[in-house]
Amino acid sequence: MRVGVVRFPGSCDDVDALLAAERVGQTELLWHKDRDLHGVDAVIVPGGFSYGDYLRAGAIARFAPVMEEVVEFAAAGGLVLGICNGFQVLCEAGLLPGALLRNTSLKFVFRQVDLDVVDHDTPFTREAPDRLSIPVKHTTGRYYTPEPVRVVLRYATNHNPNGSQDDIAGVCNEAGNVFGLMPHPEHAVDPLTGSTDGLAIFESIKAHVGDLVQA
Amino acid sequence: MSVTSSRHRELGLTDSEYELILEGLGREPRDVELAMLSLMWSEHCAYKHSKRLLRRLPTEGRHVLVGPGENAGAVDVGGGLAVAFKVESHNHPSAVEPFQGAATGVGGILRDVFAVGARPIAVLDSLRFGDVTQSARSRYLLEHAVAGIGHYGNSIGVPTVGGEIYFEPSYEQNCLINAMCVGLAPRERLIRSAAAGPGNVLVLLGALTGRDGIGGASVLASAELGEGDADKRPSVQIGDPFAEKKLLECCLELLDRGLLVSLQDLGAAGLTSSASEMASKGEVGLDIDVSSVPLREADMEPFEIMVSESQERMLCVVEPERVGAVLEVCEHWETLATPIGQVTTSGRFRILKRGEVVGDLPVGLLVDDCPLYDLEPAAPEAPLYPGTPPVLASQATPAEVLLTLLASPNLASRRPVFEQYDPVVQSRTVRRPEQADAAVLALPDGSAIAVSIDGNGRRVACEPRAGAFEVVLECAANLACVGAEPLGLTNCLNFGNPEKPHVAWQLKEAVEGLSEACESLDVPVVGGNVSLYNESPDGPILPSPVVGMVGKLPDASRAGRLGFAREGDVIALVGPFQPAHTGSELAKLQGQAPAGRLPFKDVPAILDAQEKVRSMIRSQALQNAHDIAEGGIAVALAECCLAGGLGARVALPEGLDPFGEDLGTGFVVSGDPEALGDFPVIGRVEGKRLEIDGLLDVSVDKLQSAHSGGLDALLR
Repeated sequence: MRVGVVRFPGSCDDVDALLAAERVGQTELLWHKDRDLHGVDAVIVPGGFSYGDYLRAGAIARFAPVMEEVVEFAAAGGLVLGICNGFQVLCEAGLLPGALLRNTSLKFVFRQVDLDVVDHDTPFTREAPDRLSIPVKHTTGRYYTPEPVRVVLRYATNHNPNGSQDDIAGVCNEAGNVFGLMPHPEHAVDPLTGSTDGLAIFESIKAHVGDLVQA
Repeated sequence: MSVTSSRHRELGLTDSEYELILEGLGREPRDVELAMLSLMWSEHCAYKHSKRLLRRLPTEGRHVLVGPGENAGAVDVGGGLAVAFKVESHNHPSAVEPFQGAATGVGGILRDVFAVGARPIAVLDSLRFGDVTQSARSRYLLEHAVAGIGHYGNSIGVPTVGGEIYFEPSYEQNCLINAMCVGLAPRERLIRSAAAGPGNVLVLLGALTGRDGIGGASVLASAELGEGDADKRPSVQIGDPFAEKKLLECCLELLDRGLLVSLQDLGAAGLTSSASEMASKGEVGLDIDVSSVPLREADMEPFEIMVSESQERMLCVVEPERVGAVLEVCEHWETLATPIGQVTTSGRFRILKRGEVVGDLPVGLLVDDCPLYDLEPAAPEAPLYPGTPPVLASQATPAEVLLTLLASPNLASRRPVFEQYDPVVQSRTVRRPEQADAAVLALPDGSAIAVSIDGNGRRVACEPRAGAFEVVLECAANLACVGAEPLGLTNCLNFGNPEKPHVAWQLKEAVEGLSEACESLDVPVVGGNVSLYNESPDGPILPSPVVGMVGKLPDASRAGRLGFAREGDVIALVGPFQPAHTGSELAKLQGQAPAGRLPFKDVPAILDAQEKVRSMIRSQALQNAHDIAEGGIAVALAECCLAGGLGARVALPEGLDPFGEDLGTGFVVSGDPEALGDFPVIGRVEGKRLEIDGLLDVSVDKLQSAHSGGLDALLR
């Protein structure tokens, strides 16, 4: 399996996402100007501050040439994972419903939070246990949607760090192949640097891609 | 030659300094030349009141790769890797505009580190504000400075892994914002800033040049333009972490490809200081044509372009045949790159405007000829700093004292602050704040570096030499608690006006104390910064040397922790800990002035204790280690309970002051009874209460609410 990680100018957690994905497969860095996804099996849009998050988080990145390819890839059923800033980009690009607003505190928050996996029937959570401990770090992470949405992750009771609607931490599209979340699973893959609960997301992707190859 | 104009005085030069300039130049300086000279001869650039003192600091050691004088110092950490680091102040800008002042302080220190070829991997901060319980202004400065630090560090993807904050009335008008950056580089990528190779091209990288930070020269500005109010000019720089992120990646790629001869960041005094220092170190001359410099405002005068402090800019020297390749890399990273001049053999720094010479100065006059001044130190006869109104009654019970200390702004949990920083980006952080006494960052070969930053102005005020000595000990003790051995240190000397004898005495004594400590511990100083004139009509700030120390541990997975780990572990007190009430947090809360003698230091015994703790953390004989700092052993025990979520039963040695302090000398450790060997046992980890025999008995929950609420309440 090969996982592509998009790098925009201003991406910060791109290398972290590469390191995490390397634990389950091969990886490929995708430059924001690329018009080709190099045949990867899944795409990660990583965290950070793409284009400085100027104007609005994710608002400029959605116009990057590589995003046209990502949108096409998603439409064809390809797996797309957006983490933090990547989640914001996927919402801006219309791949996921809703939007991310400023935290109710109006401050950046870093915190290790507990998450309830409320939908295991996705390519990203099929291998996940019911409860995950993963860090969040963002200023613009309060999820809001006026329409019904397929919720995959919720902050556990008293763990909502940003005022998200209905404690929503991660959502996917109807088809289930595009997943966005504010917590950072790539920062929870090594006992040395914290928890290892985030690995379940990457292992799920690997299992799903493995099934596709066999099928 | 006689002094005919007073313009130099308005720019901060004395008459005798101006006489030296006239002599060196053989004529009156032109406007652009005077602007450049006034900045290069300022305290900030020339260190004219501190340079002679700083020569006292030991700078050599077996691990040192780059010592003081470069953008940042560097030490060898093995495996072909170097760690570069430096601490710098951004005090005055932060007092004017705390968010941008603190943000650009971080931006500046990051540039210092990638200017030597290292990727910034960690930021730490040392902050000082007035009394936040009394001063709304200090709460405002705290809130916005913290937000500014987070904004820059978080956005550029460098983790903020540690720091310290103290609140004292003497910082009310002069808050301190010291930022330290640590970077990692393959040894062969380290680069120096000396310009070399006549005919080589000077390329300016990064942001457009605007009128930011021309405060120092604003008098000249109004004189030249003959209109407007100089005060209205923007003098605080505005940070753009996105621009710096691209600049950082761009510079590292340029270095990886071997395209640069030298590299330097643009900090205080902008192009003037970075270019002249590059020329001085390389013993060459430079020509810069200001009409080539890309401007944000079209009508800038040559002197404005030369002294602008616009952020996110670097200057590099490139061989002519490589300029094309450099511009290509810069285009990839969407970073502006413009050839603006060249290296010459003249030994002169010439400023041109569309080919016409508008300034022409010997490099030596700019960089080397500023006179150095000896201080005239005199010890004060009476304490310089008054006590603060008492907040603790003398009849308070020990439990009340402990809870009050834990909730006091200087000791309360820093969580409301560090939750605003990203400590994990780059996936190296093995110990985050409140997990251990020092931050720990993993290296690729399984080893790790540890970093700590410390300072305590109250104790330095009591006895500047002993207090500064203690700061270094405290840093080394923090490193020992995670199992790390010191490799080198950086310092920032924050003091009042050195022309005043009492401040001069504080400065001289503190430098002496730092030097003695560095010699005792065999830890060299690889770089630093001096911030003087931190003074208001109410007097000088507390003498505030801040020390940042980097150490190494062989196995990242064995890094020590601060919290008690297991029920039933035995607790021991290690080290020649001789606590005293003088200069303690408790003394402060009781309204006593910071004055009196600090405890005597038995250096061999301290080194022995630090070595034992270090080696027993490395061998995993200890389950936790915590150095006893502010608030004494009672607070240290409470902190171990809080970090581990476990209680303890302790009997203190006869006569030991539970709240007395003796920094850097004592440790609270725990582990198996057999593993602790001959360490003096004082108790056991058990239950959910902290019980100190004959003194206090408080639930961990109660400790928790005091500790976590202290700062939270002030920040909301």
